[in-house]
Amino acid sequence: MNVTVDATVISVRGLSNRFGAQVVHEGLDLDVRRGEVLAVIGGSGAGKSVLLRSIIGLQEPAAGTVHVFGTDLRSAESSVRASIERRWGVMFQDGALFSSLTVLENIKVPMIEQHKLPVDLMDELARLKIALVGLPADAAYKLPSQLSGGMRKRAGIARALALDPEILFLDEPTSGLDPLGAAGFDELIVTLKRSLDLTVFLVTHDLDSIFTCCDRVAVLVDRHVVAVDTPARISEHPHPWIQACFLGPRGRSAERALTLRTQEA
Amino acid sequence: MTTAQLDWREPDNGDAVLAVRGACTMQHLPDLLTRIEALRRVPSMLDLSDLDALDSAGALVLLRLLDRPQHYRNATVRIAHARPEHQALIELVAERAGADPLPVQARSSWHNWMVQFGEATSGIAAHAWELAGFFGTVNHCFWSILTGRRKLRMTSVVHHMERTGLDAVPIVSLLCFLVGAVVAFLSATALRDFGASILTVEIVSVSFLREFGVLLSAILVAGRSGSAFTAEIGSMRSREEIDAIQALALDPIELLVIPRLVALLIMLPVLAFIAMLSGIIGGVLVGAMALDISPTMFLVRMQDTTELYYLWLGLLKAPVFAFLIACIGCLEGLKVSGSAESVGRHTTSSVVQSIFLVIVFDALFAVLYMKLDL
Repeated sequence: MNVTVDATVISVRGLSNRFGAQVVHEGLDLDVRRGEVLAVIGGSGAGKSVLLRSIIGLQEPAAGTVHVFGTDLRSAESSVRASIERRWGVMFQDGALFSSLTVLENIKVPMIEQHKLPVDLMDELARLKIALVGLPADAAYKLPSQLSGGMRKRAGIARALALDPEILFLDEPTSGLDPLGAAGFDELIVTLKRSLDLTVFLVTHDLDSIFTCCDRVAVLVDRHVVAVDTPARISEHPHPWIQACFLGPRGRSAERALTLRTQEA
Repeated sequence: MTTAQLDWREPDNGDAVLAVRGACTMQHLPDLLTRIEALRRVPSMLDLSDLDALDSAGALVLLRLLDRPQHYRNATVRIAHARPEHQALIELVAERAGADPLPVQARSSWHNWMVQFGEATSGIAAHAWELAGFFGTVNHCFWSILTGRRKLRMTSVVHHMERTGLDAVPIVSLLCFLVGAVVAFLSATALRDFGASILTVEIVSVSFLREFGVLLSAILVAGRSGSAFTAEIGSMRSREEIDAIQALALDPIELLVIPRLVALLIMLPVLAFIAMLSGIIGGVLVGAMALDISPTMFLVRMQDTTELYYLWLGLLKAPVFAFLIACIGCLEGLKVSGSAESVGRHTTSSVVQSIFLVIVFDALFAVLYMKLDL
C-alpha cells in the first residue's frame, strides 16, 4: 500500500462536459491528495455535481481524462474498474437509499454483493456503521421514508462506508439541514476522515463546512477550477466570484467563526 | 498483500497469545473466518505487531474473537503491539459496536397468520369505507360544478379525453375485432352440428351489444388509463405537488380528479360503441370467409333478431364503469406515500381493483336486466 501522504488519488486533466449546446466544463484540471478533505464550491449550476459524476464514471465526459488511484477508468477493463469502484463510497444528495429496504438492509447490500460473510457478522458490522455515522440504534429497522432528511443523509454515508472505502464522495451533505445538524455533519466528516483514514471529496456551497472541515477548497467558476487552496488563503484570491463569495456577509461570518474557534483551541 | 495468518505464541506466564499477520480486511475475511473456526481454544491476548492492513470489518472480527459484544471496550486492552492507526480504529470500533440488537418479537407462525388474516379483513373493510367516502367527495365536487360554484377545467378535460379516449381507439378496436372473430368461430363450431350456424349472427351481435363491447373496453381502459391516473397523481403526491396545490388554496379533487372523471365519462361510452362495431365487424368477416354467411345476410339477420335497445343496455353501463375506474385510479394515486415503491404498489392495486369492480358491477347489471326481463 502506498503510504505517502502527498500522493494523488484522483487526477482530472482537461475535462470537458457538454449537454447539447450548453458547455458545463472546459479544460478542467483538479488533483485530490490522499488523506485530505477537498471541497468543491461554485454557484448553483456551475457543474459541481457533474464533476463528481464524471469522476465516479456516471457521466461520460466529452473530452479529458480522469485517473483514480492512477488508473484511467474509461479505458480500464471492467474487472479493474470494479475493483476500483469498491474502493470508494458515494453519498448522493438525498442519500439515494433503496426505498424498499430498511437502513440495515441498505448498508448490507454492498456487503452481500461483494463479500461472502456470515449473516450475524454483517448485521453487527452494519450496526457499527450506523453507530459510526451517529444514527440512533433503532434507525436500523426503519425504512428510508420514515427518516428525516438529515438522518437519510447519515444513512447514505453509512451505506457508502459499508466496504471501508478509501475515498468518500459527498454530494452536498449539509444542504437542507438546520445549522446545528449541518455543524454535526461537519464534525462527523472530520471524525470519519481521521479515524477511518479517508480521503473526502466534498461538493458543497456551505461556507461553514468549508471553514470547519476542509483541508483545501477548489473553486469551480466559468467552466473550470479557477483556484485550489486552503480555506484561509483562498479568500485572498483576486477572482471576482471568490471575492464576492468569501467577502460577502456569509463568507465573513463563517471566517470569523473559524478565527474564533482557532483562538479557543 | 496476503490473507491474515494466525500463529500461537506461548509466553512464560501461560497466556494464550495469538499473533495475527498479514491483511485483516473485508476482502480477506472469509479465509480468516475459516481459520478462526479451526482454532481449538479462545485466545486471551492478540499480538498485532505484524499486521499489515486492518479495516473496520477486520477490527470487529478481532474483537469478536476476544469477547462478547457488551465487553468489547474491555477487550481492547488485550490487544498488544498494534500500530497506532490500527489501535485507534480498534478503539473506535469497540466504542461504537456492540449495540444490542433490538429484540425481535418472536411469535408462532399460527399467531402471525391469524394477525395477518385479521389485518387483511379489517383492511378491506376500511378500504371499502374509504372508497365510498371518496365517491361522495367526488360527487359533491361534481355537484358544485354543475351548480356553477366551481369551475370545470375544460383544457384538462380535453387533454384527458385525447389520452384516454382517442389514443385508445386503435387497441380497443383491434382487440374487439379479434374477440368478435373468435366468438363467431367458437359458436359456429358448436352450432354446426345442429345445422344452426346462422345463429352465430345473434350470438355475436347480442353478446357484443350487451356485454363484450363495454366490458372489454372498460377492462382495457382500466389497464391503460386507470393505471396512468394512479401513477401520475401518485408521483405528484410523492413530490409534494398535491400538498402544493392545497397550499395554494386549490382543490386537488377539482383540479386533478374531476377532469379525468369527466373525460372518462364521455369517452368510455364512445369507446364501448367503437368496440361493439369492431366486434360485429369481426363476426361479419368470419361469417363471410368461413361460414358462408354473406355480410348482407348477416346484417339482415341482425336487423330481424337483435333489438335496438340491447345497444342502450350495453352503453348504459359505460358511465358507471367510467366512474369506478376514474375514482379508483385517482384515489389510489392520492393514497401514495413518499417512496417510489409506493407508487408501484398503488398502481397495481388500482388496476386490480378497477377490473374487479368492473366485472362485479357487470354481473350486477346482468342480474338487474334479468329481473327486469330486458
